[in-house]
Amino acid sequence: MSNDDVILQAEGIYKSYRMGQTQVRVLKGVDLAVKSGEFLAIVGASGSGKSTLLHILGALDTLDKGTVRFKGRDLSGYRAAELNKFRNKMVGFVFQFYHLLDELNVLENVFLPAMASKSIIGWLGAKSAAKSRAAKLLDELGLAHRAKHKPYQLSGGERQRAAIARALINEPKILLADEPTGNLDSETGNGILNAFEKLNKAGQTIVMVTHDHRIAQKAARIITLADGKIKDGR
Amino acid sequence: MYKLILAIRYLVKRRITYLAMLAVALCIFMVVVVMTVMTGLVHDFKTKNHNWVGDCVISRDSMVGFSYYEEFIEILQGQTFVEAVSPVIKSYGILTADGSQRNNSVEIMGLDPARHCKVTRFGESLYYHKSRCEDMFKPTYEPNFPGCVLGIDKALTRDQRGNYTQAPNLPVFSLVISCFPLTPKGALAKAGLGLVNTKTFYYSDNSHTGLAKVDRALVYLPFEQAQLLCGMGGTEKRASAIHVKFKPNIKLQAGCDSVAQLWARFKVTKAGEKRAGLLESVSVESWKGYRRSAIAAVENEQMMMMVVFAMIGIIAVFIVFVVFYMIVSHKSKDIGILKSIGVSRTNLISLFLNFAFLVGLFGSAVGSFGGWLFLMKINRIEDWLFRQFEFQLWDRTLYAIGDIPNAIDLKVLTGIILSAILACLIGALVPSWQAAKLQPVKTLQVDQL
Repeated sequence: MSNDDVILQAEGIYKSYRMGQTQVRVLKGVDLAVKSGEFLAIVGASGSGKSTLLHILGALDTLDKGTVRFKGRDLSGYRAAELNKFRNKMVGFVFQFYHLLDELNVLENVFLPAMASKSIIGWLGAKSAAKSRAAKLLDELGLAHRAKHKPYQLSGGERQRAAIARALINEPKILLADEPTGNLDSETGNGILNAFEKLNKAGQTIVMVTHDHRIAQKAARIITLADGKIKDGR
Repeated sequence: MYKLILAIRYLVKRRITYLAMLAVALCIFMVVVVMTVMTGLVHDFKTKNHNWVGDCVISRDSMVGFSYYEEFIEILQGQTFVEAVSPVIKSYGILTADGSQRNNSVEIMGLDPARHCKVTRFGESLYYHKSRCEDMFKPTYEPNFPGCVLGIDKALTRDQRGNYTQAPNLPVFSLVISCFPLTPKGALAKAGLGLVNTKTFYYSDNSHTGLAKVDRALVYLPFEQAQLLCGMGGTEKRASAIHVKFKPNIKLQAGCDSVAQLWARFKVTKAGEKRAGLLESVSVESWKGYRRSAIAAVENEQMMMMVVFAMIGIIAVFIVFVVFYMIVSHKSKDIGILKSIGVSRTNLISLFLNFAFLVGLFGSAVGSFGGWLFLMKINRIEDWLFRQFEFQLWDRTLYAIGDIPNAIDLKVLTGIILSAILACLIGALVPSWQAAKLQPVKTLQVDQL
């Protein structure tokens, strides 16, 4: 792969939080490049800043210093509407705690990002295609029979698969997964990892954060984050 | 589209939302009921005053009255904007039931029935002559006797429910009315001659205007008789007031202004005449101005109620705000999720405003319906409470109130509903704006779950 394949690049990322009276420096100059079609795992101990890094890469959080470039363009130069479009179309998030909306059923949760990007009239035109794609994704992830269920009626693994389907509905360039198996038993977790492998084989770029080296082995590339810096791998 | 769907789901699925709707509904119910009753009472009171007085009154605030009234009545009757005109005598006297030693003070009002019934709706207040107002001073048992009409509380006693028991046939009894006649200069006309004019009248009817003070204090006499009693007859006739009714298309203030201009010109033409001085302190007022002292008291009560309810309204807005703050705070995780999938801050705020609008709308609908239902039954409920517990909202032996007003004013209702929806929107705006401006990751923390 050449440098032209780099889809997401982070340079000199610094981030700190205030906790009470003390300023906690979480990231202390992280450099990272994610190539298109890559399955990258970021590992590190709890509190090493790996989730913070993932949030910054997906524009869910701000940084103190440094740059994040998506396809060569600095995210800090994005206007608010462009940033919303970036979150909606270019990245898909999978969170440890699934973060599905309780008021919507599984199918509605999955096509929600497609609906969110459309006006009422636009949605009326796109509704049928979006619903079909959502149903197809649920089918591929083995959740077709759960489409009309509410999130609280699902097991943890099922919820996470629903969250993956939601993340993929707009065919994002990158899938960002934050401890996607962290809340699941090993068997269910393996099912999720297999789904990721399958997606990656189909060309999906994935950046996964985990504290578990065994899970990280599923990725093609692993980097280790410690003390706010990348210690191992690039 | 998702904004509408989520707003409806939040509305239907969350129990706290029902509490918010209930809070809105209760506020609406309370305000609709109280505003309807209070507005109805004030409107009713004003209408009764208007019915009793007519549109405009030319009067002198003195028991002496003023001269040349018939000349001015002729001028008024020649005007295109004037429908009818009636002179009136107003004074005070002593009423004694014939053959009795007991007497009490009365306000005397002398009317010309044929003219006065065209100016006011006084005829509708009568019992025995409702459809024959011009005969109000003719006792049915002997039309040639000089009759008098008593304010209903002078003739009958109200029961606790505010009802009067009218005799089917006009009771036969006479009353002696005494009055101190005054000269045009205000001196006692019969000084050294026994002071008083006295005349016997036969009870010919009673008048129920619905104005407590009027029904308690007044006795109505034929115009000429009252004029003689009060010393306003003879060669230099005087009247206390002229009541005027305008044509239907004439605006009240415009009509009164025209009458005032005519009066000013009339005064100029009379300048230098013997009794021109009596015209100086004559005023021209609309019925509202003429009855200002009575109406102002009721309007003050209404204003006080409005202030009290404005304060309750502010508390209600605060309650709605707190409820929405709780709801939106509880939904901060959803805000994070929605932001993570690219929903803009504006759309997030508008999602919660949609939600607030629906809460306000449904709460208002429930409250308005409840208020309407309660108002439709309010008189029955009061009747039932009176039968069971002898409880009355207003003691009818003291207040001249018949049924409790229950006609909802659509303008008032619309105002109340719009205010409630606005309160919900304001209540939801602040917390949703605060939540929407947070970084998505802040609302997605595990401790937010």
